Amino acid sequence: MADFSDLLVFTKLDELIKFARKNSLWPMPMGISCCAIEMMAFAGPRFDVSRFGSEAFRFSPRQSDLMIVAGTVTYKMSHVVRKIYDQMPDPKWVIAMGACTSSGGMYRSYSVVQGIDQFIPVDVYVAGCPPRPDNLLKGLMEIQKKIARGEKPGQKEKIYIEETFQV
Amino acid sequence: MNQRIVEKLQSHFADSIVSVNEFREELTIVIKKNDIVKVCQFLRDDDELKFDSLRDVCGADYYRPEGRFEVVYNLYSLKNKFRMRLKVRVEEENVHVPSVTCVWQSADWAEREAYDMFGIIFDNHPDLRRIYMPEGFEYHPLRKEFPLMGIPGSLPLPRKN
Ligand code: SF4
Repeated sequence: MADFSDLLVFTKLDELIKFARKNSLWPMPMGISCCAIEMMAFAGPRFDVSRFGSEAFRFSPRQSDLMIVAGTVTYKMSHVVRKIYDQMPDPKWVIAMGACTSSGGMYRSYSVVQGIDQFIPVDVYVAGCPPRPDNLLKGLMEIQKKIARGEKPGQKEKIYIEETFQV
Repeated sequence: MNQRIVEKLQSHFADSIVSVNEFREELTIVIKKNDIVKVCQFLRDDDELKFDSLRDVCGADYYRPEGRFEVVYNLYSLKNKFRMRLKVRVEEENVHVPSVTCVWQSADWAEREAYDMFGIIFDNHPDLRRIYMPEGFEYHPLRKEFPLMGIPGSLPLPRKN
């Protein structure tokens, strides 16, 4: 028999579940326009989201618990976004990636929803047009912190990730 | 080439031409609305001109009392590598225009776009539905009187929770 005595770690079940959830967020990539390209970079080898246990981009809402809305959401598209959100199992988190998703961005027009928080609860807003992939990583880490703190999704206090510039 | 096109059209359709305009070597011919199919057919089939490609059909709203809308046809001849532009004027009270889908298949979606955005109705179009806006939307967003930010409540959002 192997000796497990120095491998055992004692924790509360609650903490264990939080730890597991935090490090296995599976994103549902809701890539609608140009921001989606940055989201792909975020999953790619250079920025490598798999360091955070989120490498499994599942194109199926039933296997995802983090929706990254990346792109310009029109009124016509909003119903699809909501439907996919509804199909994700609880607890589910939402990152609004980019200016368009968060506020309509430069599209002050009849066709574009001026912020997806008008129809789904958002946890983290990432600024930029498009945001850098590392900023999106920061958004993901904020979600992880929220999970670690035991918060529920869609709470009042939102997290806003500012734009960073690299020369 | 411009000269040749105008000559040919004038000899065949003298009555259908409203105006001919040349600006910086671009040719624009305004045609009477009901003759558009005829003229298009001729331009496509004529062996010398061969305008075999319809590059775009678009609407325009000038917001004037007469001939408020225009439908613009951008033609291209692969044989001559040459472009020209046809226009028809459309009155606000009668927004019907004959469809040119029977001449060029490519008119299908382009005309749907003009219908969606300006409310111009293309008669004999095989499938005149909205293309950008949702089915059941009642306005035409590129008309000048439509507010840029839209009409509140005209496009429903999903429920919030
Ligand atoms: S925020 Fe900018 S990059 Fe992102 S979808 Fe909008 S226009 Fe594209």
